[in-house]
Amino acid sequence: MDDSVHSRPRVPETLGTQTLNFTLNGEPRTLDVAPNAVLLDVLREQLGLGGTKKGCDHGQCGACTVHVDGQAMNSCLRLAVMCEGQQVTTVEGLARDGELHPVQQNFLECDAYQCGYCTPGQMMSATALLNDERIGTDDASVKEAMSGNICRCGAYKNIVEAIQKSRVQLGHDATRKEGAA
Amino acid sequence: MRTFAYSRADSVDHAAHRTMPHAAFVAGGTTLLDLIKLDVLKPENVVDINALPLKRVERLDDGRLKIGALVTNTDLAHHPEVKSHYPVLSEALLAGASTQLRNMATTAGNVMQRTRCPYYRDPAAKCNRREPGSGCDAIDGINRMHAVLGGSDACIAVHPSDMCVGIAAIGATLTLQGPDGEREVDFADFHRLPGDTPHIEHDLADGELITAITLDAPLANAGSHYLKLRDRASYEFALASCAAQVVLDGDTIREARLALGGVATKPWRCSDAEAALVGQVADKASFERAADIALKDAQACEHNGYKIPLARQAVVRALRNAARGETPASETQESQA
Repeated sequence: MDDSVHSRPRVPETLGTQTLNFTLNGEPRTLDVAPNAVLLDVLREQLGLGGTKKGCDHGQCGACTVHVDGQAMNSCLRLAVMCEGQQVTTVEGLARDGELHPVQQNFLECDAYQCGYCTPGQMMSATALLNDERIGTDDASVKEAMSGNICRCGAYKNIVEAIQKSRVQLGHDATRKEGAA
Repeated sequence: MRTFAYSRADSVDHAAHRTMPHAAFVAGGTTLLDLIKLDVLKPENVVDINALPLKRVERLDDGRLKIGALVTNTDLAHHPEVKSHYPVLSEALLAGASTQLRNMATTAGNVMQRTRCPYYRDPAAKCNRREPGSGCDAIDGINRMHAVLGGSDACIAVHPSDMCVGIAAIGATLTLQGPDGEREVDFADFHRLPGDTPHIEHDLADGELITAITLDAPLANAGSHYLKLRDRASYEFALASCAAQVVLDGDTIREARLALGGVATKPWRCSDAEAALVGQVADKASFERAADIALKDAQACEHNGYKIPLARQAVVRALRNAARGETPASETQESQA
């Protein structure tokens, strides 16, 4: 790669926009985005979906976690234009027909949050890991898989409880489990 | 975030032939976008290579494993070939970053990731790596996280990858595609020591693209272990890490592979220590001698002296576990610690 990327900044005079076609929470969407717009900012600023949170903006806190093609990703480190043709799910896409996703319901019931700022990201990582057979089902594996989501209120113990409770419930409801991705 | 032009490469030739000024390829984006936001990297053109057909993992006839540049860290860690024949690489990958970042980050992107030195990441600080000739604020600064091996008067920044430490202990070849065609580079020669030119981090020319990383054939009957020591239990860079592979003949070591992370300016293969292990009894005394050899050239600054005994102990423990051919439960917990 070009080592001169460190130096000589010369900002292009015109940015232009790029057309992005993707599926957002199950709905096909087309919109024009700036080439340097990250997915997080497009979701929040351009599409008005404020559930996905901006914490560190550098991939260190996990508050911005969404699913891209079913996989948990940091939306702050992904250009929106890179999502062309992909399926993006945000926390707004978890509930179905007015009914909370079991993970959402169990976060409520297990008191798995205090201030709530990290909660959408926690729930997106939680729903992704419950759908991922490569991740172990014991508490230690859950903690390891969730370590990219920081909770400054320290609700970790109850978050693990909410996830494991959801796992048991989802085990009896395969359709719902599929739908969560 | 600063502006740049964005385009998509639709073929490897297209990507490699289109030499643009101040261009950067983007795959996972986890390093590039982070550093553009910090104003450390300033590309004018960002070329998205995610559509390129570089996502295959294939076993070659000679027993080597060819990994496409765009295979994600998650997919590589869980790939059946890697889990069964290169468990040390799987362990190293899963010890790195977070679930989200591993889902995004790619194999070649991991090789190309930049140092986490806080002075490199701060455009207000002096950094020869970011701005040649400006000086190094780390050498007389807060250098607790910095390198004790491979540093120079110009730079002591650590290469942050776990994956690369696993690959260094396996041996590999990089395939590079450039405007003038394809060439291969030994993985051990790809990353450069900082010397007087820390801004030249690797052996990749303008317009060249890493298309594949081919692992050497697996060591038959090897036990292996990746031990990572860090400040918190997960999602943290290594203070010291060690990838070890050991092949035993009874109690005698027939072959050994050893690499260090978290303590060096590049993924650090310990060839002298490997050679000293061959023919020795696999016991604590041999492992300690190998550790002494691995760290014999280590040089500490004010705050990172602790890394020398830490890395020494990481070598002893990783070799012990590799020689046992199994990872004790307590060690698994600690290595994830």
